[in-house]
Amino acid sequence: MKYVVLIYSNPSTWETMPAAERDRVMGIHNRLIKELTESGEMLRVDGLAHPTGTKTIRLQDGAPVVTDGPFSEAKEQLAGVWAIDVDSIERAIEVSAPVAEYDTVEIRQLMDLSGLEM
Amino acid sequence: MTTPQGVEGLLRELAPQVLGALIRRYGQFGDCEDAVQEALLAAALQWPEQGLPENPRGWLITVASRRLTDEVRGDSARRQREARAAALLPPEALHALSPDEDRSADQDDTLTLLFLCCHPALSPASQIALTLRAVGGLTTAQIARAFLVPEATMAQRISRAKASIKTAGARFSMPPDDERAERLRVVLHVLYLIFNEGYTASSGPDLQRADLTTEAIRLGRDIHRLLPDDGEVAGLLALMLLTDARRAARTLPDGSLIPLAEQDRQLWNQDQIREGVALVTDALSRAPVGPYQVQAAIAAIHDEAARAEETDWRQIVVLYDMLAGIAPNPMITLNQAVAVAMVDGPRAGLDLIATLDADERMAGHHRVEAVRAHLLELAGDPAAARASYRIAARRTTSLPEQRYLEARAARLIDVER
Repeated sequence: MKYVVLIYSNPSTWETMPAAERDRVMGIHNRLIKELTESGEMLRVDGLAHPTGTKTIRLQDGAPVVTDGPFSEAKEQLAGVWAIDVDSIERAIEVSAPVAEYDTVEIRQLMDLSGLEM
Repeated sequence: MTTPQGVEGLLRELAPQVLGALIRRYGQFGDCEDAVQEALLAAALQWPEQGLPENPRGWLITVASRRLTDEVRGDSARRQREARAAALLPPEALHALSPDEDRSADQDDTLTLLFLCCHPALSPASQIALTLRAVGGLTTAQIARAFLVPEATMAQRISRAKASIKTAGARFSMPPDDERAERLRVVLHVLYLIFNEGYTASSGPDLQRADLTTEAIRLGRDIHRLLPDDGEVAGLLALMLLTDARRAARTLPDGSLIPLAEQDRQLWNQDQIREGVALVTDALSRAPVGPYQVQAAIAAIHDEAARAEETDWRQIVVLYDMLAGIAPNPMITLNQAVAVAMVDGPRAGLDLIATLDADERMAGHHRVEAVRAHLLELAGDPAAARASYRIAARRTTSLPEQRYLEARAARLIDVER
């Protein structure tokens, strides 16, 4: 089953983190990514640029208007996205859980184009 | 035969034979499998242009052996080998004699390879990938496309699978007699998973995946030829043929699903139906009954009804009772509920579904709600049916199923108005 793992992060958490701690946490992330790649479960990994560079587009009076900054005003912003293909939701949770040490992790299943007649 | 399609068919047929010959000569399943894959890729490039070699099987064994010895000597970088795979082969390779092994060993090799690729130490995803490559002769790229994952991911899965086989100490030999039945069950399950991957995707943008159905049936035929007396092997082949017979009728060109009762039965493949019915009839008459045979028998009853109204639901209820006795599971109860509803009325079916509500294995499963919705609709309760369709639509992770369920729910709003 294919899932995306959405990693939400508060930039200030990372900006104020001591270097040694940051290295330790990044080490955990990198080890996870390596393991999932080697097991054939990781489909794709993307890190997102700092939220300050975000452009948000909204429709105003029938025309798209672009503003600087993210759509959500939450402190935690989307920082990374994994796409994984695993045997179960339990496995998806197991492999994503270590990321939740500082960040909030959301797991969403991808829709399949296949289907059974009902 | 020298069209790319003709060559591909021949290569798939030869793949397990060549691999078996190599393993018996050199051992080392993992390395031999890589070498055979490279030989197949070389042949797929060369044969359509230059014509078939005199002895295609000998050609492949010679080329794969050379790749293997190159690999063992460690004197060739991957890039060089790939370059050579595309280059002309020296003339002597084209006249290579069939190596010393006994030709009659070919068929046993296919079965031995299947047992190895479906080793219980592997995850289902790995069993499937390895079976398709080592026994089916598909390339990593083809398997990756069929499963909608990047090629690098599929390559990792295959090499991980081979490493697991090595760690488990599995050998290239038939499993011992006392393990054989259970190991065969795993092989058949892997084939059925491959079949369903293809079957559920038999239209629209996923057409590539539909090849998996053909491949599963081809491998099913191979096993049936090798084990003609096994009732479950025959049962699985029959089930796949009888299910696949409806392929052209089960979806619209845009990929929307058509329920069995509304399919255009003129589109069903009568040859496959005849073959499947003959297989399952024969198996049931002489082998111990098993779940694939019973499921095939149910599929046969659907396939033999010229119109949906002529379906022998009573017989289907009897068969589901039998199936629940052999292999009880809540999915069978769910299907049984449909059959019971057709015989005793929708309320009887709904009562049976209600017994699943306490079953944790089915909690939150969209199919329970989809069937409940359908039976509520038949029972003349459109409001409750609509609510159930909506729940099912929210729960499914299949886009075509979601579209179908939402359409059913929307249709009921129109009815109420």
